[in-house]
Amino acid sequence: METTLSVQIVYQRPRSLTAVPMHYCPGCTHGIAHRLIAEVIDELGIRERTIGVAPVGCSVFAYNYFDCDFVEAAHGRAPAMATGIKRLLPDRVVFTYQGDGDLASIGMGEIIHAAGRGENITVFFINNAIYGMTSGQMAPTTLPGQKTTSSPQGRDVETMGYPLRMAELLANLDGAGYVVRRSLHDPKNIRMAKKAIRLAFETQLRGLGFAMVELLSTCSTNWGLSPLESLRWLEEHMIPYYPIGDFKVAEALQAIKV
Amino acid sequence: MAKELLKGNIAMAEAAIRAGLEGYFGYPITPQTELLEWMAERMPALGRAFLQAESEVAAINMLYGAACTGARVMTSSSSPGISLMMEGLSYIAGTEVPAVIIDVVRGGPGLGNIAPSQGDYNQIVHGGGHGDYHPIVLAPASVQEAVDLVVLAFDLAEKYRTIVFIMADGNIGQMMEPAELPPMRPIRTEYPDWAVRGAMGRERRILSSIYIDPKDEEVTNYRLLQVWNRIQAAEIRYREYFLEDADYVVIGFGTAGRIALSAVRMARAEGMRVGLLRPITLSPFPHPQIENLIPQVEGILVVEMNSGQMLEDVQKAVRGRVPVEFYGRLGGMVPFPDEILAEIRRMCREGIPPDGDPRQRWMKRFAPIIRWHD
Ligand SMILES: Cc1ncc(C[n+]2csc(CCOP(=O)(O)OP(=O)(O)O)c2C)c(N)n1
Ligand code: SF4
Ligand SMILES: [Mg+2]
Repeated sequence: METTLSVQIVYQRPRSLTAVPMHYCPGCTHGIAHRLIAEVIDELGIRERTIGVAPVGCSVFAYNYFDCDFVEAAHGRAPAMATGIKRLLPDRVVFTYQGDGDLASIGMGEIIHAAGRGENITVFFINNAIYGMTSGQMAPTTLPGQKTTSSPQGRDVETMGYPLRMAELLANLDGAGYVVRRSLHDPKNIRMAKKAIRLAFETQLRGLGFAMVELLSTCSTNWGLSPLESLRWLEEHMIPYYPIGDFKVAEALQAIKV
Repeated sequence: MAKELLKGNIAMAEAAIRAGLEGYFGYPITPQTELLEWMAERMPALGRAFLQAESEVAAINMLYGAACTGARVMTSSSSPGISLMMEGLSYIAGTEVPAVIIDVVRGGPGLGNIAPSQGDYNQIVHGGGHGDYHPIVLAPASVQEAVDLVVLAFDLAEKYRTIVFIMADGNIGQMMEPAELPPMRPIRTEYPDWAVRGAMGRERRILSSIYIDPKDEEVTNYRLLQVWNRIQAAEIRYREYFLEDADYVVIGFGTAGRIALSAVRMARAEGMRVGLLRPITLSPFPHPQIENLIPQVEGILVVEMNSGQMLEDVQKAVRGRVPVEFYGRLGGMVPFPDEILAEIRRMCREGIPPDGDPRQRWMKRFAPIIRWHD
């Protein structure tokens, strides 16, 4: 009797991801976010006309991992830099990848105005409720009571203020075409995140204005938890404060099935 | 092309457009605003990028992104706005992308005022953002020269992949003078081999100012210094007036240099053998030209609209071999030719003390003149 074995590839490195080991800590969700973005770039066939803008934060070297043109911005200024590129090259696909310190603290002015202008760029916002790169200080997204190296007794909202819900805030602006929050803590949510990433690029490709996907993420290293505990902590503590949802979806996007 | 009566700010804007400007990003501030307004009118009409940014911080970072595409891009501002741009300037320098920035300097520090000043000399020439780099700095003394230098600025920026500043003062920006604009150059169709424009049919490109390994940053800093050496060797620009037989020389740039020229002409009419050296590149500074004057002259008078920031560069070139005198006006005050003439007369009549600090001497002479209460 003869048997034929057919081999089918079900999983491989996306073309838009380079074959270099990432520098992220084990279990860090930055790597998942990178992979999802690269998969979507492949699926849309836009690698050769995509330009990425890396932030200052743990993902400062994001440009090493994407196989497309990339620039590296100053801390928080990625939306301004992306604006400069997009205005000169309107038919290219321009995206930024930013942490919560980068986007919601030092870069608050740049992100609000990029959204307000309806700048036709796509923003991926990694909310891990902490400053990862500088080893664990309080971020604007740090939860009330959350301990960090600069809020050692826990974030006291009386003196340190309240966390910022960026997706809700930016969705209020007329220039925003697509603003949603997703999470990277389990396979179901990761699949939902990928769909949102796809729609965020579609927003740009269709000229529908500013698009942002906030991705709830972990930072085991600075949270002081194991990767698994971190995923649980995200689910139990972050999602109640930062609900997953669609805060702005332009009408033209609503019909798109991905 | 015929001469037209043009306001400095508008002339500089139009010169940039004709030099093939593809993108402008700026923020309103007096005495520079007409430049931005001209861009707002002209750039979109020509199908080119214009954006009023939300701040100078954003403007310089938009410029940074735009410069990474290899396009001809610029911004303009005035002193407080330039202070806000320092972060972005450092990144632009570290990434080695060409960019042109016009500073129409006003009185400071702080909010200061909107009068013409040269108080940003150190910030532009010696300071700037963090790290080890040198921009090219061009200082026009007339509307025509401003036009010509704007065109040159783009060519130099691209030739050396560097920042080029036009350091004008409020006077150059606001004054109207006849000037001839350059012909319209076509927008470029080919872009440099470092430009980030999408990896179509080629390897990806990365533009960044990060050299995480100090060994690599050292190599980069050294390379920047090599480029700077080439710039110093080839790009010093200056104008000389009445220097052939001069016993004394006045050194001044921009508006101060121009007013000093009037004073020098008056002094010549009175029979004094005095000339003027007007640096056009403040960076690279005309050290060799000053060096050459040393055997010939008996003294040097430095005139500025600040407290003697360029004076220190002149002193560095002179190294005590000829006595130096200083005259400055501060905080947005502009000297009259008569004031400088009086300094020239005194210098020619009494000579300059061989030692001592020219700034201290000037402060003493100046104290009774300054309008303490008015
Ligand atoms: C102007 C400036 N200020 C401060 C820093 C130091 N710094 C680097 S990364 C960072 C915080 C990054 O946190 P986040 O954006 O949340 O990114 P994460 O590392 O968590 O992914 C800070 C404060 C800097 N590089 N530049
Ligand atoms: S420090 Fe935190 S955010 Fe940074 S790589 Fe490690 S786990 Fe990820
Ligand atoms: Mg963070």
